[in-house]
Amino acid sequence: MDDSYLDELIDESIMIIREAAAEARNPVLLYSIGKDSTAMLDLAMKAFYPMKPPFTVMHIDTGWKFKEMIRFRDETAKRLGLELIIYTNQEGARAGVTPFTHGSARYTDIMKTEALIQALNIHGFDVIFGGARRDEEKSRAKERIFSFRDNKHRWDPKNQRPELWRLYNVQRKEGESIRVFPLSNWTELDVWRYIRREHLPVVPLYFAKDRLVVQRNGQLFLYDDERFPLEPGEKPTVKKIRFRTLGCYPLTAGIESNAETIDGLIREMEETCFSERVGRLIDFDQSGSMEKKKQEGYF
Amino acid sequence: MIEGTKPSILRFMTCGSVDDGKSTLIGHLLYLTGNVFEDQYQTLLSESKRIGHAGDRVDYSLLMDGLIAEREQGITIDVAYKYFNLKDRKCIVADTPGHTEYTRNMATAASNCTAAVILIDARLGVVEQTRRHTLICSLCGIQHILFAVNKMDLADWSISRFMEIQSLCKQIIDDLKPFDLRPEWQAVPVSALWGDNIVSSSENMRWYTGVTIAQWLTTIPAYSAGADSGFRFSVQYIIKPGIGKERWQKEALDEFIPEKNGNYRSYAGRILSGKIKKGDTVLILPSKQESKVVNILKEKKQLESADEGMSVSLVLSDKIDVSRGTSIIRQGDFQECSDQFKAWIVWMQKEPLIAGRMYLFQSIYGIALAEITRIRNRIDLFTFLHLEAERFEVNDIGEVEMALNRVVPFDPYRKNKYSGGFLLIDRKTNATAGCGMVIHALRRAENVHWQHFSVDKKARAQLKNQKPVLLWFTGLSGSGKSTIADLLEKKLYSMGKHTMVLDGDNVRHGLCKDLGFTEQDRTENIRRVGEVAKLMVDAGLIVLACFISPYKADREMVRSLFDPGEFVEVYVRAPLKVCEQRDPKGLYKKARKGEIPNFTGINAPYEEPDKPEIVVDTLELTPEKCVNEILVKSGL
Repeated sequence: MDDSYLDELIDESIMIIREAAAEARNPVLLYSIGKDSTAMLDLAMKAFYPMKPPFTVMHIDTGWKFKEMIRFRDETAKRLGLELIIYTNQEGARAGVTPFTHGSARYTDIMKTEALIQALNIHGFDVIFGGARRDEEKSRAKERIFSFRDNKHRWDPKNQRPELWRLYNVQRKEGESIRVFPLSNWTELDVWRYIRREHLPVVPLYFAKDRLVVQRNGQLFLYDDERFPLEPGEKPTVKKIRFRTLGCYPLTAGIESNAETIDGLIREMEETCFSERVGRLIDFDQSGSMEKKKQEGYF
Repeated sequence: MIEGTKPSILRFMTCGSVDDGKSTLIGHLLYLTGNVFEDQYQTLLSESKRIGHAGDRVDYSLLMDGLIAEREQGITIDVAYKYFNLKDRKCIVADTPGHTEYTRNMATAASNCTAAVILIDARLGVVEQTRRHTLICSLCGIQHILFAVNKMDLADWSISRFMEIQSLCKQIIDDLKPFDLRPEWQAVPVSALWGDNIVSSSENMRWYTGVTIAQWLTTIPAYSAGADSGFRFSVQYIIKPGIGKERWQKEALDEFIPEKNGNYRSYAGRILSGKIKKGDTVLILPSKQESKVVNILKEKKQLESADEGMSVSLVLSDKIDVSRGTSIIRQGDFQECSDQFKAWIVWMQKEPLIAGRMYLFQSIYGIALAEITRIRNRIDLFTFLHLEAERFEVNDIGEVEMALNRVVPFDPYRKNKYSGGFLLIDRKTNATAGCGMVIHALRRAENVHWQHFSVDKKARAQLKNQKPVLLWFTGLSGSGKSTIADLLEKKLYSMGKHTMVLDGDNVRHGLCKDLGFTEQDRTENIRRVGEVAKLMVDAGLIVLACFISPYKADREMVRSLFDPGEFVEVYVRAPLKVCEQRDPKGLYKKARKGEIPNFTGINAPYEEPDKPEIVVDTLELTPEKCVNEILVKSGL
């Protein structure tokens, strides 16, 4: 498929980013290091070129991200000259909350959702850019591009502001905020085609390589460091894998693949018959789980 | 790629009543076109067994209905977006709920779509919702409608049933004509459950030879802001990089910024319609300053020209006062600016809309304070009749008049949906209370007061539901002024308008019986007529004045008595020779014989108007056609 249709998506995303920045008092871009954040950040750089994007970039670090992600994050910030805030829920970290000890649901709640809310409150951000796409998950298909949050950062799916034409109602009171999703209308494949077309660097974990993995419940996890508690009988082995989505390494499964380049990756995707969130454990905690997380303030 | 053939994304919507099977249709379409992943399909199979509403069959609607509550109740309660590819076209479908109380979602989806698939249950046929959905979609600018007559499997795949429904669909489309809405439409018989006519032609309905849903979606045009209204641009953001510290910024500044003193600024926005080129002279609205485009940037590239839909930033030659929401158009184009409109409103919140209330108005050109000055009517969404209304409840649609606290640029919605659409925001709750579509500006924008409780010209005119105006017919004797005015008055009378004709016959015998036909007397005659006409316009009447009025200066004197737009000069044109042949009152004959001194055309001059608002040529047009021409051009 010819990728010139991307132009219309780009034009729309840039419009959204400019609109949100113009209406914000204290905007922040939530950077999660993955491919969607990479595309969103690049679009933000273009939206104001040759000016630097007029907002802060923030990463919520759970302490369990892949090492390669952290390296990539720091390199990117340096290359672009970004002010990067890195926030970790210290309370949770001190209490020893890990995906292995507290279960994925509780851990995500404390180290991601709570951490995000703490960071937003500390800095008083009122417009928050996120890289979520509507095609990722069913409850996201209903989320607005400009999504209103009350002063407790809660989302009310039954009371969303209608979005007509290119008009976004961003009226809000003290403490209330707007989450903005410039990639709402993009699909996973659109993002990759864009990354290819613009030659954007991405975390190498997206490409297939021999990696040390642990097989558990039919899924492959990267043995990223020795914090990974092996169960009796488990032994890390080398497998050629890549990741379709990047999160916390103990919660993100890889897939066996030979896609070593972006072309190979896109070809594989065009042929693949599994959606990307199949590798995300937190979506499967309970039925409708993403919607519940979002109501509580998760991205 | 050929210029102007940018491959674009098809944005369409689906609408129908609760059980018409919209979600099933789209879910099935996604599945049949290879847009459902294997793991999603597995989830679908297990959920179909557990919470499906399709008996033993796969419940494809589960692919669409996202929220927990919806899945439990088997209904769709908000707009859901789905993305898929049909051949080489990227499609975005907005799945909109059908219950009566969710009109707002439909308007929301329609505002950003070009096409709509409206579902009809073959067993129930065209219902109230069908008419309602068709009207809302069309009013909001949907240009292509496909009526999908679903559940044909439960209607014995009956051709006669389909034909019956198809003719009712045609009736709905015909009923839209009084709104001046003419969407292109088709009807297709389908079974969303079994997949008939979704992608491939139905084996069960060989009698149907038209398009399938998928074929229709791949052949309709993808995108248009509306009919061409010229270059439209609203400034979203002002880019002022100062002196960049990063390496990439220094490189950028070296590349295309001549002045490195930090004065660079560009105006960022998305082109709403039309095209702009480097070197074009532009007009800034509403300030009416002029400038020139010296550079166009898109992302990191410089362009020679840019088209509709592109997010760009423009560098102008002059340091002028441009702020967010400023309109930039091309010099020579015209865009209206006003602080008073007539508009369609779709009301979206429980708290009703009431005349006299204030709301925040938000258009692509920024925010203003708005007062609804008058509710003109409410549309009955089933009969399409205009009803009297004092308020709009949630989901009501109707016409209002409104006044803003500042002048804003705009276009009528029919010309450009992005510069003609607006939101009304509740100032207490900040909720989007409703949306609107500008029909046209109301006249005398400059000097209408915010509060107007006294009975004035406007109030009188409102009572009569008309725009008071003086139509001044000028032309030679025998050119057809009185004939046309007479016909026009009959026509206006039949439209329920309040009119009055002034002509030589009814003023020369009384008001002006002391006057003759010298130049001086003619001038005085016209002056008196002008003053009388002014009183009548103040009374809210549509006045038709038929006077030869041969002198330009006299006509201009009358014009000066009126507010802009109130005096409409209609030049009834016919060659002297023709008038003389017609000679309905035998006056030319008398004049030729020397029996009438100072007869215009024979022994007194006629000064043709320079810029009459309307010209009708009675040699070429019948009186009926002239009347139509006048009605169209005057906007009566």
